[in-house]
Amino acid sequence: MAPASSRRSGFSKKQQYSVFTGYLLATIGALVGLGLLAISLWQPSVFQPLRGAANDAASPVGETTAAVRAGGNNTWDTISGFWNAGSQNAELRREVELARIRIAEAEAVETENRRLKALLGLANDEVEPIAWSRLVGSSSSSARRFAYIGVGSSDGVETGMPIHSERGVIGRVLETARGSSRVLLLTDSESVLPVRRASDQTVAFAEGRGDGLLRIRLINLGLNPLEIGDVFVTSGAGGYYRPGVAVAVLNEVTSDGGIAQLIAEPAATNYVVVEPIFEPLAVEASDVRERDELTDEELQD
Amino acid sequence: MIDRLATPHQRRAYGRGGINLVESPWRANTVPYISILLGSLLPIWVLADVMPLAPPLGFLVFLTWRVMRPGLLPLWVGVPLGFFDDLFSGQPFGSAIFLWSLTMIALEIIETRFPWRGFWQDWFTAGLAILLYILAAMVISGASITPFMLIMVLPQILMSILLYPLLARMIAWLDRFRLSRSRRIG
Repeated sequence: MAPASSRRSGFSKKQQYSVFTGYLLATIGALVGLGLLAISLWQPSVFQPLRGAANDAASPVGETTAAVRAGGNNTWDTISGFWNAGSQNAELRREVELARIRIAEAEAVETENRRLKALLGLANDEVEPIAWSRLVGSSSSSARRFAYIGVGSSDGVETGMPIHSERGVIGRVLETARGSSRVLLLTDSESVLPVRRASDQTVAFAEGRGDGLLRIRLINLGLNPLEIGDVFVTSGAGGYYRPGVAVAVLNEVTSDGGIAQLIAEPAATNYVVVEPIFEPLAVEASDVRERDELTDEELQD
Repeated sequence: MIDRLATPHQRRAYGRGGINLVESPWRANTVPYISILLGSLLPIWVLADVMPLAPPLGFLVFLTWRVMRPGLLPLWVGVPLGFFDDLFSGQPFGSAIFLWSLTMIALEIIETRFPWRGFWQDWFTAGLAILLYILAAMVISGASITPFMLIMVLPQILMSILLYPLLARMIAWLDRFRLSRSRRIG
């Protein structure tokens, strides 16, 4: 379609000025946007109140869509379960038998643990969750991997608190508003999580790759001891996450570690739990302020 | 500067009914903006944990309105609409304000070069704009770009470009609704 005849400015001074003003305003708008962008990349928390208020308003609808999503997942599971009910039944029976044996063993270990802890005089530290919520939404069209939960600072949620589902770690709180919070998912390319192999003390970092997988980077380089199928749990280093929560399963070995898949997939979870920061003191200690940092000259001395 | 309402000879095309009906100015002026705001809002309720799944619907609707109805949106409209999109998109604040304003300027310049266009050329322009927008948004998202992210963003780009004809039909329908004669006079 050709532009409407009224959009050609021609010789009319008024039209020419209005076209010019339009361009001017748009250019100023673009420059303002660029300025805001620079500020928010430099100080990400500046616009947090604005975004928080907006997400507070949007999250009640998210509760509904989350419920529908959970329902949809269940329906799909039911349908797919119907197809191979027979063979699955036999397999499950066998697994239950094995699981019963394992439970008995675990109970034995637990009693022993309790006895040893009592011997050492350690308090039995059960972690009391701060709040629970549904994942009400995510930044699904952006390259960043954020999710939103329907609880915020009025429920006691604070920045840095870990988010768990019943399967394992989901991420941690990045920003809080009154009734909603933004969560940095493990798959975001800015997310780094200290982990260890569940079977021994091999420590590593689990970094998001941005494509839904985690890159496991071993801290002690050398001979790579990892094998496909290794389960990684949080190590508790850094102070945010309590140790021993499932994170990922290795599905590819590389020279400096491996590529792992998430155990707790956010899209498949129904409810998530916000837990308190494991060691607030450690987090505070690691937060070195810029003016406390030594300069290069001071380091050379 | 622009014909926000239909010219008299167009009136016959929109809606039926008696001669005492005109389009409601309120509806004619709000429908584009409401549809763009809804487009910005919708992707937040899709839970994507692996990769960018949803097309940037706010930008797509905005772009389609701009391409289909040149002159309807003022040139500076990228600022308020981008502001709203930034609240929900998860991008750093200012990214949509910046990119949407640039889009408006670029499309305006393209239009003065090629005043006569058809659907295929519109689709080509829109496709190019979508490609550049998604890549630029990824670069300024604050994430450290990995090669895998470039691969993961391809389905999103492809889906957004293929969505354009569908959106064009939808916007055309919304435009008919926008200009339908619903207000009774006399």
